[in-house]
Amino acid sequence: MDILRLATAGSVDDGKSTLIGRLLYDTKSVFTDQIESVERASRDRGDDYVNLALLTDGLRAEREQGITIDVAYRYFATPRRKFIVADTPGHIQYTRNMVTGASTADLALILVDARKGLLEQSRRHAFLATLLHVPHLVLCVNKMDLVDYSEAVFEQIRADFTQFAAKLDVGDLTVIPVSALVGDNIVTRSTAMSWYEGPSLLHHLENVHVASDRNLIDVRFPVQYVIRPQSDLHRDYRGYAGQVAGGILKPGDEVMVLPSGFTTTIRSIETADGPVEEAFPSMSVTIRLTDEIDVSRGDMICRVNNAPAVTQDIDAMVCWMDDAPLRPGQKLAIKHTTRSARAMVKDLHYRLDINSLHRDMAADHLGLNDIGRVRLRTTQPLLCDEYKRNRSTGGFVLIDEATNRTVGAGMVNEAR
Amino acid sequence: MSRNYQLTQLETLESEAIYIFREVAAEFERPVLLFSGGKDSIVMLRLAQKAFHPARIPFSVMHVDTGHNFPEVLEFRDRRVAEVGVQLVVASVQEALDRGFVQAPPDGTRNRIQTPVLLEALEKHQFTAVFGGARRDEDKARAKERVYSFRDEFGQWDPKNQRPELWNLYNGRIHLGESIRVFPLSNWTELDIWQYIEQERLELPSIYYAHERTVFDRNGMLYAANEYCVPKAGEETFTATVRYRTVGDASLTAAVLSDADTVAKVIDEVASTRITERGATRGDDKFSEAAMEDRKREGYF
Ligand SMILES: Nc1nc2c(ncn2[C@@H]2O[C@H](COP(=O)(O)OP(=O)(O)O)[C@@H](O)[C@H]2O)c(=O)[nH]1
Ligand SMILES: [Mg+2]
Repeated sequence: MDILRLATAGSVDDGKSTLIGRLLYDTKSVFTDQIESVERASRDRGDDYVNLALLTDGLRAEREQGITIDVAYRYFATPRRKFIVADTPGHIQYTRNMVTGASTADLALILVDARKGLLEQSRRHAFLATLLHVPHLVLCVNKMDLVDYSEAVFEQIRADFTQFAAKLDVGDLTVIPVSALVGDNIVTRSTAMSWYEGPSLLHHLENVHVASDRNLIDVRFPVQYVIRPQSDLHRDYRGYAGQVAGGILKPGDEVMVLPSGFTTTIRSIETADGPVEEAFPSMSVTIRLTDEIDVSRGDMICRVNNAPAVTQDIDAMVCWMDDAPLRPGQKLAIKHTTRSARAMVKDLHYRLDINSLHRDMAADHLGLNDIGRVRLRTTQPLLCDEYKRNRSTGGFVLIDEATNRTVGAGMVNEAR
Repeated sequence: MSRNYQLTQLETLESEAIYIFREVAAEFERPVLLFSGGKDSIVMLRLAQKAFHPARIPFSVMHVDTGHNFPEVLEFRDRRVAEVGVQLVVASVQEALDRGFVQAPPDGTRNRIQTPVLLEALEKHQFTAVFGGARRDEDKARAKERVYSFRDEFGQWDPKNQRPELWNLYNGRIHLGESIRVFPLSNWTELDIWQYIEQERLELPSIYYAHERTVFDRNGMLYAANEYCVPKAGEETFTATVRYRTVGDASLTAAVLSDADTVAKVIDEVASTRITERGATRGDDKFSEAAMEDRKREGYF
């Protein structure tokens, strides 16, 4: 059994939390005491029906306001897969929380209210999902019960979305008509929409092929921690612990350590359960090298003829997440793989209008929730790849050095 | 490990937790791991061992001891700590009561007063990062929490203002007096924990398996009759075959009827149960809809 991580996306009230509640409920993943508590809360609020959104909207403020403020993580499993679900907020002021949920997702569920069609916020979220390079998108045209299960309505929204998506970098798109409230096409195929011939949502989630999403070609091993036991038993032991970020490593492989550029070979790959013959993403292992060379946290082990860029000049898309704007000249802390440095904003190339995808070249700042292309100069070289090629070695966060808040999420554009 | 280069669910969760342990050890000067002798903390300790193997775990463990303990669990705690070779710090609620640092509420329960004792101990030992075994599947407020949960100088959690947490890039930067609670088991469910216990052949305190006990019924939950939890008039005691799904304060943790006396049987039971772990066993979360959120805001785990 493997794990699929999914995140919801879409505008407020399109039914994201209800859909997740429905998935949990119909896969019998909701416990009796949880459903009793939701029934009680629904009754207290005077709802006509059991509000399944309350299964994920767990904060007091969320229940009071009937909205999702921050990501809720929920878990369910079928005999085929374990699912980690990030139910994200739709409000524009909570975009950073949506981005948090989507950053680790294999699949994004984008909801649209069938009555309203594609709204600005649905476009925005679809764009963010593709910017974060979530490999699989599922557009759920929801509330089909409120449009008489009309095929025409569904087809119109599908056409609108496909047209918009053509401008984006969408890997894999599936479109499904659903009613989260009633449960149509969620777990089983609905009889109310005989014109729809595709799979139910759950069937799709169980079968979507994610094995090929990770990069098994470019060997990338950011050194996270150096293990040096101070004991007689392991006197000369020196192991480089970390999580494989790309490629397949084997004992005997000739490797290069960056940024020093020294080359050596892998002597062994170890875990607490013994040595392994291969390490691949996202295994946490300890690598021992044949030669005694200076390697420390933040360094990267890669292949001699396939290395990431080693650069202090970063060209990246940045999603800004703080009230105080990003401006050229600003200095920030940057965290990339296991490496931390300082960065100066050299240039704001443009700000992107997410609706039209128009580039505003005259922009002189990025405000809260804005996305723009920036150039950074870092105090130390980063060892990075294009984000599209590798999410682990292409993504970074920016931190305000005074407040310590995480203020920006960056995705490396071109790393050469 | 399969040849299609895909990790199984337990391998994925283990690798993620090991990554988190190493990240904290690399970036914080004084982390500490909360160890109660309960199943989640036992899994945590194993993961910490694996993360630094063959070196020792590079931090201490701490137990916030409410004084209301199951003797089997305390005995287990001390034995396990000795086997692993880590240093144990005990923050004692009883001792804090004796010197008047905290006052017991009228009902005698100690869950709430545990928080100031924890915060005092963190400050005294200057622990800046604290590993907790909380899982997001336990409660709706926990479902909202980050892996690195930022706490201000009062240990408070502000759920409406959490740091964005992208990919596996954790922001551990804090000012003096602030701290980070770290939850390596965030994405584990109760079932994952038990499957891992089976896979790793982890020993647990005996009370996690079915045994006979003198209990009484209070608000539909079965409590062990003992010095901390005395039946009131009308609450009749009887002998039942029970086990514990969680182990917390002995005056607040209820047992469940169960015949599961082996790991395999517990796994079957957990896979088919219709009631959440906390719903079945914790008197402390039943008081209000947002009991956990309120306690976390005050600095609880
Ligand atoms: N009729 C109908 N109502 C729905 C459907 N899905 C969600 N809703 C309602 O739409 C409202 C917003 O749902 P919610 O899940 O909170 O939306 P979110 O903001 O996207 O999480 C609630 O009143 C739901 O009951 C649906 O399929 N049909
Ligand atoms: Mg919602």
